Amino acid sequence: MNAQAYNFAYLDEQTKRMIRRAILKGLAIPGYQVPFASREMPMPYGWGTGGVQVTAACLVPEDKLKVIDQGADDTTNAVSIRKFFEKTAGVEVTEATGEASLIQTRHRIPEQDLSKDQILVYQVPIPEPLRFLEPRETETRKMHELEEYGLMHVKLYEDISRHGEISTSYAYPVKVEGRYIMDPSPIPKFDNPKLSDSSAIQLFGAGREQRIYALPPYTDVQSLDFEDYPFEVSKAPHDCDLCGAKDTYLDEVITDDAGSRMYVCSDTDFCSTRRQNGHVGRLGTPVSSEVA
Amino acid sequence: MYVAVKGGERAIDNAHAWRDEERRGDTSIPEVSLAQIREQLALAVNRVMAEGSLFDADLAALAIKQSRGDLIEAIFLIRAYRTTLPRFGASRPVATSKMAVDRRVSATFKDLPGGQILGPTFDYTHRLLDFKLAAEGKAPEVKIAPATKEDVPHVTSFLNKDGLIETELPSNEEPRDLTREPLEFPAGRDLRLQSMARGDEGFILSLAYSTQRGYGRTHAFVGELRIGRVAVEMDIPELGFAIEIGEVELTECETVNQFKGSKTEPPQFTRGYGLVFGQSERKAIAMSLLDRSLRWQELGEDFVGAPAQDEEFVLAHCDNIQATGFLEHIKLPHYVDFQSELELVRRLRTEAEAAQEAAE
Repeated sequence: MNAQAYNFAYLDEQTKRMIRRAILKGLAIPGYQVPFASREMPMPYGWGTGGVQVTAACLVPEDKLKVIDQGADDTTNAVSIRKFFEKTAGVEVTEATGEASLIQTRHRIPEQDLSKDQILVYQVPIPEPLRFLEPRETETRKMHELEEYGLMHVKLYEDISRHGEISTSYAYPVKVEGRYIMDPSPIPKFDNPKLSDSSAIQLFGAGREQRIYALPPYTDVQSLDFEDYPFEVSKAPHDCDLCGAKDTYLDEVITDDAGSRMYVCSDTDFCSTRRQNGHVGRLGTPVSSEVA
Repeated sequence: MYVAVKGGERAIDNAHAWRDEERRGDTSIPEVSLAQIREQLALAVNRVMAEGSLFDADLAALAIKQSRGDLIEAIFLIRAYRTTLPRFGASRPVATSKMAVDRRVSATFKDLPGGQILGPTFDYTHRLLDFKLAAEGKAPEVKIAPATKEDVPHVTSFLNKDGLIETELPSNEEPRDLTREPLEFPAGRDLRLQSMARGDEGFILSLAYSTQRGYGRTHAFVGELRIGRVAVEMDIPELGFAIEIGEVELTECETVNQFKGSKTEPPQFTRGYGLVFGQSERKAIAMSLLDRSLRWQELGEDFVGAPAQDEEFVLAHCDNIQATGFLEHIKLPHYVDFQSELELVRRLRTEAEAAQEAAE
């Protein structure tokens, strides 16, 4: 691709203005899904086109961009999106969570707390939390308008009556400021508490479904539950085998064909920072002893 | 020490380099040129232009070459390119009644003003492999007749004189634009037609076929199918009149549908409409059937629950770029979500086993 042939951050300014208007509306009505005229992007739908458009509309030349997928900076799609903005916007990129002014993510919220100078952009496949209960957009929009969320509570109740617990482990629905039920994108429910009262701006972009929604800083976000069945986070009952962290979300990695496993932080930046600070896990080695 | 294997820039670069090599194939065989694709794979080029919504045969040929002949990938390349183009205005509606027709057939009348013109069609051929083509023979010699300059009137206008077919009232209402506004339901006929015109040929075909097999039957006759070039005119404010800025090849299909009348409408023939870039008659016919089927509400017909009657179902799923993107995205890593499912299933199994043991 010839970067010169395109505007800064790929999208033309009119399109960015249209997206920014949708973002501002989203920030003004937290959790409400704002329709926007999503454009075709040079990556496929379902691969982060919504997030990419939101990022493109937010980026300024001074920004420092971090892109993660599954918590990691080096997964293929994260690499591809980061390269896209390096090429089309020429912005600086980083893997350090604390240094980034804008972080685009798929399926995770970084372990490290975000600050008020940061924007977190989520890639969203299905923005409608009620979609799997009601396939029709015309119906679900009405349900949101009327705050008619009975169907969702029935679903959660049925989960409990059948499984003894709410059997949703990711994309766990939340209620925003006591009003809209929102899909937090397919993050594990381990990450849900981090949605609430965050210092950073959180923006959600769904390209194929043409929706943008947002959480302004310090928004109250509650995971749906019942008084007698309160929301609980879950993670693998292990510590990170590389850095020894006890309170991070872990990837399970199969290490041989005899079924051996290791558990490592899904947030690669968090894990490597800990290791550089001298933390060593069960199977880890001090960073200094490794040959680069 | 074992390190979790993840992507990595080098792997991606290598994969892309390999793909480029595969695209070129055996280098002892001459490379295919864009002009060759444009001229000799014209129907593939047409499909890419139609579903890519960009009338540019050279770019479509480039996209086909770049995508190694994967037409959906080629359509995607065109869409991603067209979305970056500035928009400096809208043309006047094209006058298909003034089309320079290459092909024009009606299934409802044996003969009609303007005549039946078969044009370059596969119809009436025996589908036998022509091994002469493999021998790369000389170009076929054909006689060329001079083009007629007469307008070819639409068949449905003859029916309309007797009031036998519904009247299409002209409207100056600005049609909405699918590519500039988010799609909202109910969408209306303007957006439905736009959406179907760029929708996947296979999807539109299959849904139209389903109406023929009884899932929302519409009893369609091809009133007229025409293929040819029309002038594109644009009003230039500085000049105060319209000038011709080019021409496009179109396939237009109007179906005439039996209609016994409803609570709101008298018995008369009704219309379905299809309009597609290039020579794409399968798509145009299918689109007109589906258009008619989606008009059940406006004509006061019953909703029988057929997918082809369901505007939201059709429009939300007919775009192959959206569909292929979302479908194929499941090959991206999902291990974070899968991990949480893994833990959930393990926990539920432990609890189920404990409950079973307790019961025994």
